[in-house]
Amino acid sequence: MTDPTRHTRHLRKQLVVVGHGMVGHRFVQAAIERGLTETYDIVVLGEEPRPAYDRVALTSFFEVGADALSFLPEGAYDDPRVTLRLNTEVVALDAAARTVTLAGGEQLRYDELVLATGAAPFVPPVPGKDLDNVFVYRTIEDLEAIREASRGARAGAVIGGGLLGLEAANALHQLGVPTHVVEMAPRLMAVQVDDAGGATLKRHIEELGLSVHTGVMTELIDGDADGKVSAIKFKDQDALPLDLVIFSAGIRPRDAIAREAGIDVAERGGVLVDEQCRSSDEHVWAIGECAAPGGRMYGLVAPGYTMAEVVVDTLLGGAAGAFTGADMSTKLKLLGVDVASFGDAFGTTEDCLELVFADAVAGIYKKLVVKENATGGFELLGGILVGDASAYGVLRPMVGSGMELPENPEELILPAGRGGGVELGLPDEAQVCSCNDVTKAQIKAAVSEDSTLNDGGPCSDAGCVTRCTRAGATCGSCKTVVKKIVEDHFAATGKTVDRSLCEHFAMTRQELFEVVAVHGYNRFDDIIEGHGRGRGCDICKPAVASILASLLNHHVLDGSNATLQDTNDAYLANLQKNGTYSVVPRIPGGEITPDRLIVIGEVAKEFGLYTKITGGQRIDLFGARMEDLPAIWKRLVDAGMESGHAYGKSLRTVKSCVGSTWCRYGVQDSVGMAIELELRYRGLRSPHKLKGGVSGCARECAEARSKDFGIIATEKGWNLYVCGNGGAIPAHAQLLAGDLDSATLIRYLDRFLMYYIRTADRLQRTSYWMDAIGGLDRIREVVVDDALGLGSELEAAMAQHVDSYFDEWKATIEDPEKLARFVSFVNAPGTPDPNITFREERGQIQAATNDGPVSLGATIPVGAPR
Amino acid sequence: MTPVCRLDQIRRESGVTALVDGEAVAVFRTYDDEVFALSNFDPYGKASVLSRGIVGTRTVQREDGDEQVPFVASPLLKQPFDLRTGACLDDPAVAVPTWQVRVVDGVVLVGARRETLAS
Repeated sequence: MTDPTRHTRHLRKQLVVVGHGMVGHRFVQAAIERGLTETYDIVVLGEEPRPAYDRVALTSFFEVGADALSFLPEGAYDDPRVTLRLNTEVVALDAAARTVTLAGGEQLRYDELVLATGAAPFVPPVPGKDLDNVFVYRTIEDLEAIREASRGARAGAVIGGGLLGLEAANALHQLGVPTHVVEMAPRLMAVQVDDAGGATLKRHIEELGLSVHTGVMTELIDGDADGKVSAIKFKDQDALPLDLVIFSAGIRPRDAIAREAGIDVAERGGVLVDEQCRSSDEHVWAIGECAAPGGRMYGLVAPGYTMAEVVVDTLLGGAAGAFTGADMSTKLKLLGVDVASFGDAFGTTEDCLELVFADAVAGIYKKLVVKENATGGFELLGGILVGDASAYGVLRPMVGSGMELPENPEELILPAGRGGGVELGLPDEAQVCSCNDVTKAQIKAAVSEDSTLNDGGPCSDAGCVTRCTRAGATCGSCKTVVKKIVEDHFAATGKTVDRSLCEHFAMTRQELFEVVAVHGYNRFDDIIEGHGRGRGCDICKPAVASILASLLNHHVLDGSNATLQDTNDAYLANLQKNGTYSVVPRIPGGEITPDRLIVIGEVAKEFGLYTKITGGQRIDLFGARMEDLPAIWKRLVDAGMESGHAYGKSLRTVKSCVGSTWCRYGVQDSVGMAIELELRYRGLRSPHKLKGGVSGCARECAEARSKDFGIIATEKGWNLYVCGNGGAIPAHAQLLAGDLDSATLIRYLDRFLMYYIRTADRLQRTSYWMDAIGGLDRIREVVVDDALGLGSELEAAMAQHVDSYFDEWKATIEDPEKLARFVSFVNAPGTPDPNITFREERGQIQAATNDGPVSLGATIPVGAPR
Repeated sequence: MTPVCRLDQIRRESGVTALVDGEAVAVFRTYDDEVFALSNFDPYGKASVLSRGIVGTRTVQREDGDEQVPFVASPLLKQPFDLRTGACLDDPAVAVPTWQVRVVDGVVLVGARRETLAS
């Protein structure tokens, strides 16, 4: 069949998207995914110098850098029918001619126009607002300028104590600038929380060392002779000397080009659109913060995403969706304080009642707004949570669900020890994930037997549901609820989910781990006789081998253990495609002496090995014949090197940047810390491979956030990130705890790693494990808050590992019984396997394969080039 | 038949490679001390590695009930091969050659390559 687009090219239409922010990007993504580019060429015009990035996480820019925030690090879409033009400002729109005019004068014709121009920060007309070092908080460029101005600043003020203002204050505080938060309203976050909640929040923030001024009017900003900010003056108060000011006093829709083109705009700004997000001109659409569906503007990203989907739907011409308003519920962590606000948070509904729990000492404030229904029960209308928002995931879906509250609704907000922690049954139509609009019914459908979401079958667990339905994939606050729904569903349908490891063990790896630990087993035979059937396979044997190694830290080739080991562990090396192995000595933290480098080079030359630098800052030697492994390791061990465990589901490396010992920017000794951690956890067998990284400053040159555990130095200590990985589905590690001293960092890491080893499924990497056990908050409860009281047990288990570590390669070359396995032929140990062949490329050997077995026969020469 | 090693040189549920008439032959010993010999060459991965695979059992449903099949999983990509017939348990169209083998006085003897697959 020929390409159908070839014949219809002249019929293709042009769609222009103005704005490449989060919503513009989502629109393009949806357009590509759902086939809109089959009929439209899409031109995206972005004003900023870089492609769309995660503006919600803007504050983390100082920590993670621009690349980590980017949604499109490659700078272009995969689909050739989409053109992205950056640094391109649109100055005018002619709806009649269907053209837009760019800043350079160029005109672009469109068939359909989607405005996603977002919003601009509102700067009130305060005298001095145009001085140098007065900023807004919207783009990466703004943050770069703020960082520049923060150097040596005596103090700074953020004008605006709303959600964004507190984000900006957090950024300023992180930059080490004494920070003042200035709010005209009598409380912080006036839109989301009430007076009592605002007061609790204020206390938390003041405890962190920030100054909060509520109910004050900024009269003027004073400048010095250079035109730079020198002080701020509030009404009826003395001037406060400081060197920078950030305005964060709200946003205004950027609707200018539509307004000037005569398209209808809402009274309070924003392109007026209908439920399909179509403006008063039928070919002009508006989505995100620049749009005002029904006259109202939405300053959150989730409604913007919904609008983007609706427009794609409508343009596809199928069953069009509609945007009929959005849930403006919010849950976030501001300056380390949980804040959530949902539903009718202020109790504006007639005849509603408020239930309040406040603990000023602990800094917790919780309020529920409820109303009596026709049958005399109570329904939840909304609420506010400050200091502890853990109930948000359960409470928010109850709003508007029609569900009746339990008899003592106050228990919903009481701490667990005081009668709280009741069980709830949400109705099916309750929206569980507000970020991605997933209901309880959809979650249940995903795990029901006739589901085809997961590769044609039902989802297997909560983590799988998150991947397939996106429930919990954005902010993660509903993950515990998702997990509960999935488990309840399985329990209710009486279907025991087959979580068997394999046909030989009808239990999960976690259950098997407990069985082995409780019984103190140390042999596979006892385990399978007592708890399994048959004689095992390539799935359960390595799983048992890993569990035994984690618990006992014995030699993996001891006794009958040897026959359980997976391919690589069985010969303590990585099997390559032609039957040879690769060898990786440990190079902790990537630090190596010239003498050891020379030994590695000599070994490679002597044994004819291909050498390559690995991603984990080590050197991999390829092409080793199995029978040569002991001799290779003898040389390496004699030179003081040890196994790098590159072959194990175990700790691989802890990568580091050069850190404060050499780097001009480094704030801590990242190499020293990486070496300490790598030596501490070396040889630790785990459900999957484990990688770590340590960066000496926020520039993050060690790419620590792509690791299972990543540590980034701060001025005050270390930030600990967990559950990241590279690979096919990359995941950024998330902040578990900040500004830790070295001892606390190691304590948390000990607990984290042991908790993972005990509870993860086989071959489940940390990011998937996190989803399955209930998200980062759950890990924090166990590891940081020690909610299960497991802390000391996990630490003791790790201490036992550290104390009993030995180099398994050194032990192997000293043990004739283990060495006996390393032969080419049991009856001809001196004869190399003729099946192993190599070819040469770029001056080194490469693996070659043969179509069939190679016979030595009587005449065929033995072996390969050596 | 070629004597290749003593039976106690092969651990239970593992294999060794023997050189038999110039060819690499994988010799396996099961949990109940049965001995099997297959070509060491993995037809999927095209490398001489089968003796290094994990040995276990798999339940295979037959017309006359379930059968416990002793098998080895290739160490490369884990395809399972029936130790008795050399047949791949996931793809009946693929099989590796087998050799006659027996144990006499504690010594493993490998004989001729079998002409046809046993079934």
